[in-house]
Amino acid sequence: MIDFSTQYLGLKLSGPLVVSSTPLSESLDNLKRMEDAGASAVVLTSLFEEQLLLESRALDEDLSRGTESFAESLDYLPDLKDYRMTHEVYLEYLRKAKQAAGIPILASLNGATVGGWVRFAKDMEEAGADAIELNTYALATDRSQTSAELELQLLELVSAVAGAVKIPVAVKLSQSFTSVPHLVARLEDAGARGVVLFNRFYQPDFDIETLEVRPTLHFSTPSELLPRLHWAAILYGHMNIDLALSGGVHSAEDVLKCIMAGAGITMMASALHIHGIDHIGRVLADLRYWLEKHEYASLWETRGCLSRRSVPDTSPFDRGNYIKTLSSYSLRQTVAAF
Amino acid sequence: MSEKKMIIVDGNEAAASVAYRLSEVVAIYPITPSSPMAEWSDQWRSEGKKNIWGAVPIVEELQSEGGAAGALHGALQAGAFGTTFTASQGLLLMIPNMFKIAGELTPATMHVTARTLATHALSIFGDHSDVMACRSTGWAMLCSNSVQEVADMALVAQIATLESRVPFIHFFDGFRTSHEVGKILPISDETIRALVDDKFIIDYRQRALSSDHPIIRGTAQNPDVFFQAREACNPFYDAVPGIVQSVMNRFADQTGRAYHLFDYYGAPDAERVIVLMGSGAEAAEEAVDAMVKQGEKIGMVKVRLYRPFDASAFIKAIPSTVKSIAVLDRCKEPGSAGEPLYQDVVTVLAENSATLPFAAKPTVIGGRYGLSSKEFTPAMVKGIFDELTKSAPKNHFTIGIDDDVTHTSLTYDPTFSTEDPKTVRALFYGLGSDGTVGANKNSIKIIGSETPNYAQGYFVYDSKKSGSMTTSHLRFGPNPIRSSYLITRASFVACHNFSFLEKMDAVEAAMPGAVFLLNSIYSAAEVWDHLPKTAQREIIRKKIEFYVIDGYKVAREAGMGSRINTIMQTCFFAISGVLPKDEAIEQIKKSIKKTYGKRGEAVVAKNFAAVDAALAHLEKVTVPTEANSDFDIVGAITGNPPQFVHDVLGKIAGGQGDLLPVSAIPAGGAFPTATAQYEKRNIAQFIPVWDKDLCIQCGKCVMVCPHAVIRAKIYPADLAEKAPATFQWAKPKWKSMEDEHYTLQIAPEDCTGCAVCVDVCPVKNKSDASKKAINMAPQPPLREAERDNWDFFLSIPEVDRAKLSHTQVKDLQLLQPLFEFSGACAGCGETAYVKLLTQLFGDRLYIANATGCSSIYGGNLPTTPYATNKAGRGPTWANSLFEDNAEFGFGMRIALDQQKDFAELLVKRMAPAIGDELAAALLTSPQTTETEIGQQRERVLALRAKLAADPTSDAHNLLAIGDSLVRKSVWILGGDGWAYDIGFGGLDHVLGSGKNVNVLVLDTEVYSNTGGQMSKSTPRGAVAKFAASGKSNSKKDLAMEAVSYGSVYVARVALGGNDSHVVKAFQEAEAHDGPSIIIAYSSCIAHGYDLIHGLEQQKLAVQSGYWPLMRYNPGLRDTGKNPFQLDSKAPAIRLKDYIYREARYTMLVRSNPDLAAKLLVEAQDDVERQWRVYSARAGMPGRGETPHIAPEEKSEEKLAAASAGGPK
Repeated sequence: MIDFSTQYLGLKLSGPLVVSSTPLSESLDNLKRMEDAGASAVVLTSLFEEQLLLESRALDEDLSRGTESFAESLDYLPDLKDYRMTHEVYLEYLRKAKQAAGIPILASLNGATVGGWVRFAKDMEEAGADAIELNTYALATDRSQTSAELELQLLELVSAVAGAVKIPVAVKLSQSFTSVPHLVARLEDAGARGVVLFNRFYQPDFDIETLEVRPTLHFSTPSELLPRLHWAAILYGHMNIDLALSGGVHSAEDVLKCIMAGAGITMMASALHIHGIDHIGRVLADLRYWLEKHEYASLWETRGCLSRRSVPDTSPFDRGNYIKTLSSYSLRQTVAAF
Repeated sequence: MSEKKMIIVDGNEAAASVAYRLSEVVAIYPITPSSPMAEWSDQWRSEGKKNIWGAVPIVEELQSEGGAAGALHGALQAGAFGTTFTASQGLLLMIPNMFKIAGELTPATMHVTARTLATHALSIFGDHSDVMACRSTGWAMLCSNSVQEVADMALVAQIATLESRVPFIHFFDGFRTSHEVGKILPISDETIRALVDDKFIIDYRQRALSSDHPIIRGTAQNPDVFFQAREACNPFYDAVPGIVQSVMNRFADQTGRAYHLFDYYGAPDAERVIVLMGSGAEAAEEAVDAMVKQGEKIGMVKVRLYRPFDASAFIKAIPSTVKSIAVLDRCKEPGSAGEPLYQDVVTVLAENSATLPFAAKPTVIGGRYGLSSKEFTPAMVKGIFDELTKSAPKNHFTIGIDDDVTHTSLTYDPTFSTEDPKTVRALFYGLGSDGTVGANKNSIKIIGSETPNYAQGYFVYDSKKSGSMTTSHLRFGPNPIRSSYLITRASFVACHNFSFLEKMDAVEAAMPGAVFLLNSIYSAAEVWDHLPKTAQREIIRKKIEFYVIDGYKVAREAGMGSRINTIMQTCFFAISGVLPKDEAIEQIKKSIKKTYGKRGEAVVAKNFAAVDAALAHLEKVTVPTEANSDFDIVGAITGNPPQFVHDVLGKIAGGQGDLLPVSAIPAGGAFPTATAQYEKRNIAQFIPVWDKDLCIQCGKCVMVCPHAVIRAKIYPADLAEKAPATFQWAKPKWKSMEDEHYTLQIAPEDCTGCAVCVDVCPVKNKSDASKKAINMAPQPPLREAERDNWDFFLSIPEVDRAKLSHTQVKDLQLLQPLFEFSGACAGCGETAYVKLLTQLFGDRLYIANATGCSSIYGGNLPTTPYATNKAGRGPTWANSLFEDNAEFGFGMRIALDQQKDFAELLVKRMAPAIGDELAAALLTSPQTTETEIGQQRERVLALRAKLAADPTSDAHNLLAIGDSLVRKSVWILGGDGWAYDIGFGGLDHVLGSGKNVNVLVLDTEVYSNTGGQMSKSTPRGAVAKFAASGKSNSKKDLAMEAVSYGSVYVARVALGGNDSHVVKAFQEAEAHDGPSIIIAYSSCIAHGYDLIHGLEQQKLAVQSGYWPLMRYNPGLRDTGKNPFQLDSKAPAIRLKDYIYREARYTMLVRSNPDLAAKLLVEAQDDVERQWRVYSARAGMPGRGETPHIAPEEKSEEKLAAASAGGPK
């Protein structure tokens, strides 16, 4: 039997496939099915900084609107003793998820700036989360804001969250950083135990008929895996931090590539939406079949074998790769011309 | 004594707290000002709060007060201990059951916020006319004068009823006591338990109906025994005073607060005594205190147990030295020998004249005071005592008004003041919904609970629902506060809205040396030059300490929008000196956490930020030594109004209505229409601006504007020559009018800034998608120019109605609305329908309006929105009651029909004088189109000319009712509370009458006007007042109930769903010669979202299938078509995608997610079930709904019928 067991953020996992943040895991039935299919851990959906802020403000506005201005109707809705806010629902679900599932459950916090919301990391820990995935994405829209400031803001956030809890914290990064290795090293210093490469987020799309801009999110495709493989291969072996790849993992082949690039685990969501939760089982079976066929005793023998550190020629990972690609392209064109 | 810790509550909460804990069944129905007692009960039930026996009482809303009384009656008969809450006409609806409950000697208590009965006008405010109308019901009546007494007497009443078997009305003054916030000692569970003797409960239960030991009650009796049986109750009534006094004594043992049936207060050797009950007694006590200190021999009797009236206790309460007595009634009984309390006193003294302990027979006079919460002050009390010194004091006097017609009023010195110098008085002028009142309630809590001070808060609201002014009257001090009247001299005055300075003297009430805080966009250095001259002079003369803060800016920056509550509250504490500043700030923050904590951290954080920012931005103004302003207060009425509007309505609008004498007010309650146009409120911070180049002239913005502030006209180009410089126009997009000008104009000073127009505008700027053909922009810079443009626009003649299609939204924008600038909420979903009604049929429109939002924004003084056209015609409007509106409109219809019939009879009879041709034309005109109606009007004019000099009786009669020959349109308007609940019986009857009336139901799915209580229109899964734990039943399908008649025109419409459909329905309803009903989806502030999105929500309601658009036109049956037309498509979105955008639904998800999930499933099923029924009905072929299902009549039966003279 091929050994799939691994460690991520210090947690013992039964295999390389973790379900990344997806609405599918918002049902306990699905969680159970994920576990049964072989998922080694599940990252719950995110609690968003903005969501907490907007929700609180919206509730306040809804309860305050039009109040105390007309003698007959001093308010319009009953003011209840308590209101269950999203974070409470989240924590309650987290508790239930922990009871229902035998695999580690990672809670997810999504935000960009340090604020009162960071305390929910502690609440997540108390609710039983095995680890926290801090999903970060700061978008610069102000010309006075520098890249350094944004990175500093991220590091402060990571430090605040990691400092608040005893459970491990992984940071899910966006692709939009210039020096990823430097940043990851500093994240490690700030207390992160792992990085997840990379998050995918809603992008604005234009409706040219109605002149409206709408956020959209498409399922990932395996082609999205390439930049992730690229960065994992560069990072692997250079720091004491776990690597997870997320975004474009659809098949056993994708999983293998990730591990060969140096990832500790891989994360899957879109493929589950497309093929169903049972897809996890099929991928793991394929993986097992491939490893057996290629006479590996353990998946981990392959880990990092194609990382930048392990390949004889690093140029594909460097700028050389760029030149090579271009030249091979132009050569082909030239040859074709003749 | 177990209740040492004082609490801060208002009268309603104080009463409800006791009533709830001593009840098993609470039957409720909303009516101002009692609704909060029912709301508290429902909320406590939803929270699982228990009564003193450890059970959670059942709290159930009924369809009317009559229903609540009936349910209470039933519950009592079945052995549950019950209560209800009500006021005013609601109490009157309970009277039939009250006779029964008392007649059956059933213990029960109802808590009544005594309120004015509607007579010449409705009034929500306080007097005793409602409780006095119940004197003959046999209920005992116990009165409370203050918030503390409300708690105390609520308990006394509840215990005394159990022990006496006589039911009790416990009453206290509406608003003045029900809504006054005070610091009181609460009634603990232990106190209640100590007073409740379970023996009486057990006895009570044993008397109840039971199939295990059956009885019957409520028999029909005959002349032989009824009389004797009626007298059999006497011993019970005789025992009541003793029982009440005994309960009061035991209560005093428990709490230390001693009460008597009649409490005397004043000099033991008083020669002049006044007798009264209610909150006025508190003001009177202050006056008595002050006058006795000055050595005057005066005193007062507070009547607590008014029924049964204990003559002996009353006489004992009055010092034997008394020479003259004034009895004060807070009600009016026209035509009586005197008001009720006066008559009781006179009777008691007369009956006991032989044994009276007084040295001489006292003079007794009666007087009226305080009707509809009219102020009653110690100065007035002194005026009455002064009157009693006269040898022939005025009887049947009034006090507090200037009666220059029948000269009943007493004069008094208004400067007489009894205010405690140790009491801090603070006055705040706020803009409705800016949070001022909430902040002040909070300040009272802070001061009342964190210091040993007593505290009192009373809040005055104006008559508008949007942009209204609130005035907060706060008192704090070391001594108990009995001042049951408004503050007129304050040591702290805050004006939270700069624009108020234009309309009123905000500094008038400030005492010399007072602190004045102004929310100002101008800094300390700039503000002086922007103050009116009067304000400047007052500030200098009184040496006022003057502070400013730009509260709106601070609020915006702190993310609080326009809610300046925390900011202004912080400033109050920072400069008023009521608490040490740092301690006060700490308390504010503590209270923010307590109040807002459950709304999430972000709200707490933004309020904290606001506190800090407020302190940082508060500035002291260096007051110059001279007033230099070149402008002054302009008042509330502008333009060139008619004299009555200026002299009378203007005074009311300017807050000086109290100064108007009786002669100024029309007797009988009739007022002119078209007066809202003179009250320029300037409440919008942002107003719409037209982009003439982008506009496609579709008219949607005009159609949806809730306040009729966007208008369009097409006019000859040469008219624009005299237009102001910034007046704009475009080429009309109408065939045949291209050579003229089209203008879309905004009324800048009437707009409420709701921005619904911008939301509905379908056009976007191709280069900048954030811009539409109408966009919001700050009002102040536009105000002056746009005011000139508006005035010019009004001077342009209206478009000839005959040239326009009255079914096209685009053309409708050119029809003059005869409903404008109402005080409805900004973005109101009802008023656009009302406006449309007036555009289509306004010049021949009779409106019967049920009580509710539409009667308030439609008919609340000072100014009213129904308007007239150039010919002076316009809607005529009246409100009867809440429950009878359909019948009221029905009465209008049959009166008009009768007048028309009579007029036609007279025309026939007078044909020789009129001329046969004119007479024939008058009698045969079809009047189905506006042109034909116009022609008939010409004929009536001709008729009048011919009859003008005719001296016959017929001619005079025909002249009087000649206008009835022109077709009139009767519309019955009201909300769902009326149509689905309290008025449904009448509505159903009128729909079944076949008469040509039209009903417009403005369906907001809650009782909006009283604050959002559940009606039978409230949808499943929504949270509302009285449904704090979510409505578990589905909404009633009023449309299908009406359809069941087969002869009623029915439509379900939603402006945001399909505006053309709305217009079509209105036209068809009017054309249908029989009853019509239109049920109009009306977005409402009670739904819990920003009403700028109101139309979008309506669209989603239609798209989800929740609100299918339909018309049922019986006339189609005659043409072989199916009368049932489904005008919207099958559900295209899930219900949750519509409803979870509204807080009324999401609140349940927050409070009870499992129930919310269950109700969502059921509600989705409701939608689908309804859709299947509607679509099946609409899908029937041909005449559809009436296929020939019954067996064909056999030919031999036909023959038999024919031979018997039947149909062949």
